[in-house]
Amino acid sequence: MHATPGGAISSPLLRVENVVKHFAVGAGIFGHATVHAVDGVDLAINTGETLGLVGESGCGKSTLGRVIVQLQPATSGHVFFEDVDLTKVRGEKLRRVRQRMQMIFQDPYASLNPRMVVGDIIAEPLRNFGIAKGRAAEKRVQEVMRVCGLNPNFINRYPHEFSGGQRQRIGIARALVLNPNFIVADEPVSALDVSIQAQIVNLMEDLQDRFHLTYLFIAHDLSVVNHMSDRIAVMYLGKIVEVGTTAEVRDKPLHPYTKVLQSSVPIPDPDLEVSRRPILLKGEIPSPVNPPSACRFHTRCPIAQPICSEVEPPLEMKEGGHLAACHFAGKL
Amino acid sequence: MTALSLLRLIPEPGKITNGKILFGDRDVVHMSDDEIREFRGSDVAMIFQDPMTSLNPVLRVGFQIEEAMAAHRRFTRKQAHDRVVPMMQRVRIPAAAQRVRDYPHQFSGGMRQRVMIAMGLSNEPSLLIADEPTTALDVTVQASIIELLRDLNREMGAAVILITHNLAVVASLCQRVIVMYAGRVVEEGPTRSIFKNPQHPYTWSLLRSIPRADERQHEKLLSISGLPPDLSNPPPGCKFHPRCRFRIDKCLTQEPNLDDVGAGQSARCWVLMKNVPAGDMGAQ
Repeated sequence: MHATPGGAISSPLLRVENVVKHFAVGAGIFGHATVHAVDGVDLAINTGETLGLVGESGCGKSTLGRVIVQLQPATSGHVFFEDVDLTKVRGEKLRRVRQRMQMIFQDPYASLNPRMVVGDIIAEPLRNFGIAKGRAAEKRVQEVMRVCGLNPNFINRYPHEFSGGQRQRIGIARALVLNPNFIVADEPVSALDVSIQAQIVNLMEDLQDRFHLTYLFIAHDLSVVNHMSDRIAVMYLGKIVEVGTTAEVRDKPLHPYTKVLQSSVPIPDPDLEVSRRPILLKGEIPSPVNPPSACRFHTRCPIAQPICSEVEPPLEMKEGGHLAACHFAGKL
Repeated sequence: MTALSLLRLIPEPGKITNGKILFGDRDVVHMSDDEIREFRGSDVAMIFQDPMTSLNPVLRVGFQIEEAMAAHRRFTRKQAHDRVVPMMQRVRIPAAAQRVRDYPHQFSGGMRQRVMIAMGLSNEPSLLIADEPTTALDVTVQASIIELLRDLNREMGAAVILITHNLAVVASLCQRVIVMYAGRVVEEGPTRSIFKNPQHPYTWSLLRSIPRADERQHEKLLSISGLPPDLSNPPPGCKFHPRCRFRIDKCLTQEPNLDDVGAGQSARCWVLMKNVPAGDMGAQ
């Protein structure tokens, strides 16, 4: 929707450089194993756009989102937000940047404190950052509630008194109260009833227009990602395998994994479904503890060649601003 | 709940207060305990959304499939034992002969769902009820389970009731659709008519509220206002009227019947979408 001409080139708001996030698991007599959740990711997000980050469970997309907003420290690599390296700054300076980047979580049941009233939940960031308190905070909270489609008179109610969709609106209000310009939304609609999902998708689009927000929209559902995003990044087992505009990724996927994903999504049209046949993958997603050599997709790729297990293909420009990490991009 | 009723699996204190469930010409509601036990799993099998919690974690996968057959005594223990590996092959579990001795935790989510389907089909039921069978799975795994259900439906000739909130999966797999809202059937008919020509405003709205993976132009999704009703205190009249943009006065007080609207389709609505002028459809 808001892509600037030329896609990725114009001033990125956020830049991720070679970010790695490893987790140590199961320390025992044989030492410990390492989960390679995010393994060398480069990504740029432009001011005002929505970048969709799509991939299947365990591919590292949520971890990447958390590392970007510094909820978890990166093992190595850099995250630049308006040219400030977030992996280098600490304390007050980090706090100041943090006001401008917020997160919306998947589960509107688990991400709100059940013992706080909605007014306090939404006002907490204002108090934490010393921006407003008392009447001023209350006024700001009611304003944000109205913007998010919540009745401001419900300021003293508890989360359990709200439905799932309304709770997600509370989560969005909390993210919005500090007037951020960048929001990471991690599966914001996947826990909601189908009849409610459109309400939240539309609300996020309206808020983006109104407040010039930049989104990183993380989801496993390609239909929603296609709908929301200006550009899409596809992740497989800790690596970005393809980045392009939504139209490029939808109509001309270059990486075989993207092609498989696109072919797997059913379309709510029985006439089209008669002819759609998914490309089925062999085997199962390998463990991120011991990822395959070179191209991580080679164990399941329908067009893998010997080189794919020997030389790792870099994420490189194929055509226009369309990036893919594949020796045989566009061949499937 | 409807599917649980079909198998008389309604948890206490719920019960079937009225009506009949005919399977062939037998009434499930009035079956004795022995009859219902034989009916479940033997004539009708059910698979659930969550393949993680539906299998016993301390028993081998092969044993659990065998047990499903042994419980219904349609096959001898020996026959049941010999059928396990072929059943696993039938649901396309690779290396079935080795994996028969694995425990559930050694299987991925998609493979566990295949085990559940193998258990369900092991007694050759004539009806398989699949309750959100792909909801907990990744898209690529979902695709393979949909293909499997389609193939098995053809190969084994068992009828399948697919329960899902995912309209795209319905479009992919089903010949007929029943749309339910607040405990009632609000529309039913052939899949193609329901998708091309929905007559109930709920069906119509739902189809316009979901994004499509093949969407080329950005169009705003239609958002259905309000919430699904509280079933302990449902609204009077048509249960959908508080959220319906096409309601008329009658909808507030009188509940419509499920009436034939032509082409094998029926809808429970006083208005019907075919009577709404095209110009009014976009209006909020």
